[in-house]
Formats: sequence, C-alpha cells, structure tokens
Amino acid sequence: MAISINGQEYPLPEDPRTSLLDFLRREARLTGTKKGCDHGQCGACTVMVGGLRINSCLSLAITHEGDEITTIEGLGSLTSPGAMQEAFVAHDGFQCGYCTPGQICSATAMLQEIAAGWPSDATQDLTATPSLTDEEIRERMSGNLCRCGAYPNIVAAIRDVAGAEA
Amino acid sequence: MRPFDYQRAERLEHAAQLTAEANTLALAGGTNLVDLMKLQVETPQTLVDIGRLPLGTIADEGEGLRIGALATNTATAVHPRVRSEYPVLARAILSGATQQLRNKATTGGNLCQRTRCYYFTNIDQPCNKREPGSGCGAIKGIARIHAVLGASDNCIATYPGDMAVALAALGATVEIASERRSRSVPVRDFHRLPGDTPEKDNVLEPGELITAVTLPAPVGGIQLYRKVRERSSYAFALCSVAAVIDLAEGRFTRADLAFGSLAHKPWHDPRITDLLVGSEPTLALFDKAADLLLEGARGYGENDFKIPLARRTLAAVLCEATGVEP
Repeated sequence: MAISINGQEYPLPEDPRTSLLDFLRREARLTGTKKGCDHGQCGACTVMVGGLRINSCLSLAITHEGDEITTIEGLGSLTSPGAMQEAFVAHDGFQCGYCTPGQICSATAMLQEIAAGWPSDATQDLTATPSLTDEEIRERMSGNLCRCGAYPNIVAAIRDVAGAEA
Repeated sequence: MRPFDYQRAERLEHAAQLTAEANTLALAGGTNLVDLMKLQVETPQTLVDIGRLPLGTIADEGEGLRIGALATNTATAVHPRVRSEYPVLARAILSGATQQLRNKATTGGNLCQRTRCYYFTNIDQPCNKREPGSGCGAIKGIARIHAVLGASDNCIATYPGDMAVALAALGATVEIASERRSRSVPVRDFHRLPGDTPEKDNVLEPGELITAVTLPAPVGGIQLYRKVRERSSYAFALCSVAAVIDLAEGRFTRADLAFGSLAHKPWHDPRITDLLVGSEPTLALFDKAADLLLEGARGYGENDFKIPLARRTLAAVLCEATGVEP
C-alpha cells in the first residue's frame, strides 16, 4: 500500500479525498508542485505518472497505489539542475515562478511525447512524424498557464532543450 | 469534498454489482468527476474505482476497431489505425482539453462527462439537471454556451465533448454491461435530450458500465473535425462539425455529419445525409442542409449567435471537403 515518488515509497493517505497534489505537498512534503486553480485548468500541479503528465489536483492519491510519480524535485536539484530547469533559467522562462515547476514537468514529458511521434492538434499530417515547431510547442503546452506571460521565453527554453536532444 | 467510502473494483462483475447501489458512482480517469466532487455537484456515498479493470485495450475487431472503455483519450488519438483510418476521431480528441487531461481521461468517462453549464456546476444556483424541480437558471440567465437544438423548458444544457461528435459521425457503437445483461447502443442514441428528465444525460441505468466503443470498418473518404471556440486551444466548442465525406463523379456518395455543442447530445440528422448523397455539391445545397439542421433551432439571447455560426461552420466544412469555393 504505497506510492513511489521520485523513487521513494510513501504510504497511501488515510482520507480517500486527498488529491495527489495535496498528498505531494502535505504528506510527502514535496512542495515544489504548486496548487494554482485546483480544478485542472492552470497546469501548475503537473506531475508525471509512469512518465505521462497529468494534473495532480484532479487525481485522488489513493488511486495511485503502486504508481511511480515524478515531480519537479525528481528532475533536478539546486546543485544539479536538469536540462529543462537550466534552460528555463538561461532563457528567463518565468517571472514569479509559481507556474514553473508545472511548466518544466509538462515540457519534459512533452519532449518524450514528441520523441514517441504523438500528434497534436497543431500537427498537419496525423500520420507523419511531428516536428517541434513553435506552433506545436504552444499547442502542446496549452495546459500550462503563465500569468506573468513568460510564454515566448518558455517556448525558447523548450526549443533549446529539444534542439540539444535532436 | 464530502466524505465517501472508497472501493476498488477488481473485476467487471464486481464493479457492476457495486455501482448498482444507490448514491454510488464509478471513478475512471476522474478529470471531470473529481472536479465535480470538489464543487459538491457530485456527492456520492460510495466511489467505486474502476480504473484498474482490464478495459484499456484497443484492438482490431473484424475490419473495425474496438476501443476499451478505459483506453485513455491519448491512447486512442495516437493509435496508428485511428490516425490513418479514423482521422476525424483523432482530430476531435486532440482538439479537446490538454495533454495532461487526455492522458487521464478515458473513453467511457469522456462519453459520461457532464455539461459545463455554469448553473449546473454552481450549487448556489437553480438547476434541474443537478437538482430536479429547482428550475433552470440558464434559460433567462447567462446562456452563451447553451443549446439551440432539442432543448426543453427544463434544461438548455449542452453535451460539451468532442470525441463523441466524431464517434456519432463514424456511426460507432457503445458496448454496455451490467450484472445481468450486456447490450449495445449506437453512439447516436447513447446521449438523450433533456425533456422532463434533464438529470439523465444518457441511457445508462444504475449498475450499467460502458465496456467499449466499437468503430465500424473504415470508410476512407475525407474526414474533418472543425471546432469553433473562444480561443485557439484548450477551450470547449461553441459549435463543432464532424464530417465523413466521399464523392464520386462530382456527387456526394457519403455525407455522415454530426454536430457538437449545439444540443444536449451530439446532433445527427439523417435527413442531411439523405439530402446530400447523390447531389452535386453547391453553396445552395449546403444552405439547404443548414436549413434542415436548424429547423426548429431556438436561441436564448446570449447564444443566438450559435444559429448562424452552425450554418457557416457546416458550409465551411462542406466547402473544405468538396473544393467548392466559399
């Protein structure tokens, strides 16, 4: 009866109402993941479950028994930041920083989706391998809002990491 | 969120047995249900987690395709056969929500999602769908997103989804199981009109669960999903058209159309198919098709714009499919 977060096991919550987001912040004390709207509209709570990005606010923690969760804390640290974290710093991909953990988790998962050849609403030919144009990045990141409006720099950061990987 | 008893169903029979009880709801992806529970629009005493039932497979069935009820929207939209042979379905799914939501949202859950009517989701407002007999706040209130077809004096809510609109155009079938029986319902008949019982969104009875959606053999042709919305991504449709079109010798040989966000269900009118098939595509014909679609349409003030919008969206889709100059 446990959830794995960034490789560490945590016991399931007693109250089944606990969202995965509240579980991460209050019980696992991993406060990098942020609560914005708490209704699946802003993306600040984005984490990865088995490598797939989801809104942790709309998922009950108890349903994640045995799942492997990756949060922003699992993508790097102050002394050893991940590539996407470094790119967000280099490109000034934020102002207040509140949406940033969600943006970075989302962007990290998004590059894996591109690598897997998944199409988006911006993909012209559904059967072709999608390329990472700015239009594709914007469509694929539309679930992550930034009230500071750092979008152009977020796109630049993602483009940078994608280019480095390509 | 109100307290509830959490149960995880290990088998389909178990799930059907549990969800037959009063005040019990099935939880799959949860992207809509958990939100509605936070808003106390849904207050189940028991929540049955069906998320681990083995219903997530997408597999060939004859020449068609069977999509398990727990296949995620992502899994369906990225499936090679959906992308190449049922592109209207891939397009519709990809036009909805966000990648985060599509990764969780399931086929069955998407069909069962509730309306986004602001009166339904606000428990301080009257709503016959949420609380039968309390009245409809939308009819004389804020009705921008509401129905212009098939509404009643009790409810003008719309079914908000995209996937089901494509499934309606494709003529897909919903497979349903309960403890006692299994049955199949065409997607076109799965959702219902509000009438005097707007609390019932669809034909599912207590204890019935969707197990799969089956697509008929692919028909090729031109498949389009056109969605008109307030912003270019992550927004519900104000009007959408799913179209499966084919032409031969300058005439329609196939014209299967379904319309989203105009009614309490994905709207399909077989008279439009009858009108178009065998005819030469012209703007005048498209206008006649819109006349049929919008016969009996009624606006409620703020949503009056949907009537001309539906006409123009239909024409735009038919022009794109046939090459007729708009």
